[in-house]
Amino acid sequence: MSLRLEGVSKIVNGETHIHPADIVLEKGSMNVLLGPTSAGKTSLMRLMAGLDKPDTGRIFWEDQDVTGKRVQDRDIAMVYQQFVNYPSMTVYDNIASPLKLRKKSAAEIDARVREMAELLKLTSILGSKPAEISGGQQQRCAMARALAKDVGLVLMDEPLANLDYKLREELRVEIPRLFKASGSIFVYATTEPEEALLLGGNTATLWEGRITQFGPAMDVYRGPVDATTARVYSDPPMNFVSVQKDAAGIRFPDGQLIPATGETGNIPDGTYRAGFRAHNLEIGTLQPGAVSFAAKLIVTELTGSDTFLHVSVAGERWIGLIPGLQDFRAGQELPIGLNPESLFYFDEQDQLVAAPDQPVDMERV
Amino acid sequence: MEKTVNQRAWLLVIPVLILVAFSSIIPMMTVVNYSFQDSFGGNEFFWVGLEWYRELLHSERLWDAFGRQLLFSFIILLIEIPLGILVALSMPKKGFAASICLVLMSLPLLIPYNVVGTIWQVFGRADIGLLGRALSDLGISYNYSQNAFDAWATVIMMDVWHWTSLVALLSYAGLRSIPSAYYQAAKIDQAGRWSVFRHIELPKMRGVLMIAILLRFMDSFMIYTEPFVLTGGGPGNATTFLSIDLVKMALGQFDLGPAAAFSLMYFLVILLISYVFYTVMITADKNEANR
Amino acid sequence: MAAITLQNLAHSYNPDSGADADYALKEVNHVWEDGKAYALLGPSGCGKTTLLNIISGLLTPTRGQVLFDGQDVTEASTADRNIAQVFQFPVVYDTMTVGENLAFPLRNRGMDKALISERVQRIAEMTGLEADLHKRARGLTTDLKQKISLGRGMVREDVNAILFDEPLTVIDPHLKWELRTQLKSLHQEFGHTMIYVTHDQTEALTFAEKVVVMKDGLVLQIGTPQELFERPAHAFVGYFIGSPGMNFLPVTVEGNSARLKDAAVTLTDDYGTPDGDLRLGIRPEFVRLTRQADGLPVTINHVQDAGRHKFVNATLFDSEINIAVDEGSQIGPDMTRVILDPEKISIFRDDWRLDGRPVDQVGGGAS
Repeated sequence: MSLRLEGVSKIVNGETHIHPADIVLEKGSMNVLLGPTSAGKTSLMRLMAGLDKPDTGRIFWEDQDVTGKRVQDRDIAMVYQQFVNYPSMTVYDNIASPLKLRKKSAAEIDARVREMAELLKLTSILGSKPAEISGGQQQRCAMARALAKDVGLVLMDEPLANLDYKLREELRVEIPRLFKASGSIFVYATTEPEEALLLGGNTATLWEGRITQFGPAMDVYRGPVDATTARVYSDPPMNFVSVQKDAAGIRFPDGQLIPATGETGNIPDGTYRAGFRAHNLEIGTLQPGAVSFAAKLIVTELTGSDTFLHVSVAGERWIGLIPGLQDFRAGQELPIGLNPESLFYFDEQDQLVAAPDQPVDMERV
Repeated sequence: MEKTVNQRAWLLVIPVLILVAFSSIIPMMTVVNYSFQDSFGGNEFFWVGLEWYRELLHSERLWDAFGRQLLFSFIILLIEIPLGILVALSMPKKGFAASICLVLMSLPLLIPYNVVGTIWQVFGRADIGLLGRALSDLGISYNYSQNAFDAWATVIMMDVWHWTSLVALLSYAGLRSIPSAYYQAAKIDQAGRWSVFRHIELPKMRGVLMIAILLRFMDSFMIYTEPFVLTGGGPGNATTFLSIDLVKMALGQFDLGPAAAFSLMYFLVILLISYVFYTVMITADKNEANR
Repeated sequence: MAAITLQNLAHSYNPDSGADADYALKEVNHVWEDGKAYALLGPSGCGKTTLLNIISGLLTPTRGQVLFDGQDVTEASTADRNIAQVFQFPVVYDTMTVGENLAFPLRNRGMDKALISERVQRIAEMTGLEADLHKRARGLTTDLKQKISLGRGMVREDVNAILFDEPLTVIDPHLKWELRTQLKSLHQEFGHTMIYVTHDQTEALTFAEKVVVMKDGLVLQIGTPQELFERPAHAFVGYFIGSPGMNFLPVTVEGNSARLKDAAVTLTDDYGTPDGDLRLGIRPEFVRLTRQADGLPVTINHVQDAGRHKFVNATLFDSEINIAVDEGSQIGPDMTRVILDPEKISIFRDDWRLDGRPVDQVGGGAS
């Protein structure tokens, strides 16, 4: 079982919504589409579902061409950002509805509904109508309905976006569990990098209608192929500084020089952009070998456990995340540092030329 | 959004197509057929080509009726749209009073055209009508059957009385859909009543107002029953609008050929003006948005 | 600008029933200090919007008073309270340009033209709208429109308070960073009293100097982000702040020792011998996975990698706990024990925090 898109594109009123995309989703895989609003996540999902017809390219389901096939005849389920349930039916009937359409026996339906309710913690409210339950429960009901019919492809379009923060946290844990139990191909759209990481599986990063990279979540996070992907997969946004590579090493705008070791030793001389994530910015006692900068503090944000520093350095604006709570005065000069090992290097075409070494893979328990 | 291609869907539409064919397409084709022929007595027809069209385009009588028609629709819109908005603005926002208002407003809409005509015909009579008598007692000379101005005024009043509610109800629906945050923001910004109307209510009512204008234009352009009941198009030809003229021609004079050509042109004119109206409003809307 | 005092304030949408449960806002007494930034934080239906609407004058409270600088404004209309408000969805005047939108509240108050344009220019600079000042507001993106709303909220210098009702809900994650800092800078620059309603803890903690945590109409705690994080007054605060929230373990307590099943944890404070439903609370950040034999035994269920942290879900004496592990650290198969940082342990009785006395003051010579 697999879903394969070959050169699939979508053009609406002369505007390209999806550039030709090639992607293969394997049986039993979790695939997260990550990108900002209007990057093409929903358009791509609609193409996968068969709700829209691609302008070019072909779509294969288990090696069969299903490009023109109606959505009704395909084996899919969809969960939307809005909580879509039948308002006049109880939670039980909502979950049972797709099974009834498939003419299952009453006993079979009952068993399946109760199984789904158990999985999604809906057992106690099976008799309630959607209007009487909370938003989180409504969305769980919609998910139960989508999963009840046991389809090959489950599409979820930002299903948690309209939920309270804590409910989101709860469902984020539940979704991978559901996915494992179902064995279907899951496609999940989100704007939040952390959500993509927590859901695991594969990540496809999208930007302006293009899939910029597709691969296991951690590989994409730690080895973004270009600056765009790095930006999409960082929250707070990735910080950048322009550097110069020459025979002596890597030169920063203020003249600081660090030796070009490891991968950076092999890149040709020239101008590069170095990028790093917020939590790699350091303050206070710097590690030996760290690149240090005099930063001007714009604003600090305290989160209870950590501090976000918004600073300006050599005309660039950076966001740093440091552990602990430290309040500073706006406008204050701060010595900050960067571990050179945490830098990504992008060439003038924004392609990745050197990434930090992957931390040693943790031994799974 | 593109629909999935599915030819079977056409099967489902066939019953409706048949119904529409019998109810409008076939009768209309008959009219088209008539418009190219001349008839004598009952069943003898001669092909005359575009003769009737040529004649009608040079008919002063038709152009006069057309001019009257345009003027009438223009005046109607000029009165009913602002008045309807004003009524909608002054209606209660919620509760029992709002429901009562809505019911009262809908009453005129439920009265048949010819009854409206009769009501006003009686209402305006100088001998027994409340309005006519009151005016003549005040020393104002008012007689819709003799004076062209009075006849016009009466027909316009009739139409305003009959249809302003529609504009008001549509505007009211538009007003109700404005989120309360806008009003709250305006209060906080200390915006005056006029500013609230100009910058919040009017722009948000835009959509429904377009529909109201279009509906009222098309409907008033086809007005027939009211002036016919009131004065039969008189005094003289003062209130002979296009459709009255058409009926006079078709039924009064049995000129089936010219009448058929007339109705086709009438139909095309309404279609054309409505289309122009619509595109102008839509493009204005788009330009505004893209500015 | 003004200090806002809430006096015995309570509100019920159904005051005749008299039932306590009907109160959408249970009695609250609090002074919002002049020029500070506050956040009202809680899940949907906790009463935060009710409280905001009472302050803005949209709702008249069932009981109690609202005072602006000592003056009773409970019955005053929104317009008379001299406040500004930014809503969840952008409220802009479509017919006007961006600049006219910003100038609108000033113009309505008959301010001098030159002063208006100077002020509008200043706000546009701070919100990054300079380039768009002459554009028609209609047809702009949601982000820009919400910037206009923020700008219009800030444009008057003399407002008593600026209220924000979940203003970043419709904004993309990347832009949230930008808008949040702008808000923060604007607060530092102009020193308005600000009240910000949200269900998102990150927004609340990063924005506010003091956060009011609410649940079921009840104010559970008012404190700095640090206080909420380190010393939650109520178990719900511990759960709601932090992601994942605080871990809770049922315990019995005697003096400075907490007993979990057959293991004991030494506490820094002495709690005497409390009764009731006792739970030990500790944040995932302060639980450390270890090989050390003196740790408490855990079974690891699963590990989630969030990049900067890994979150380990484990079972400790029948209770599920979360453990946060830093990016660089490794998790070995032999790490089957955890150590709880005693400094960071809270004890809750019937969900409310217990305050103990530091141990070295108790017995004197215990150490």
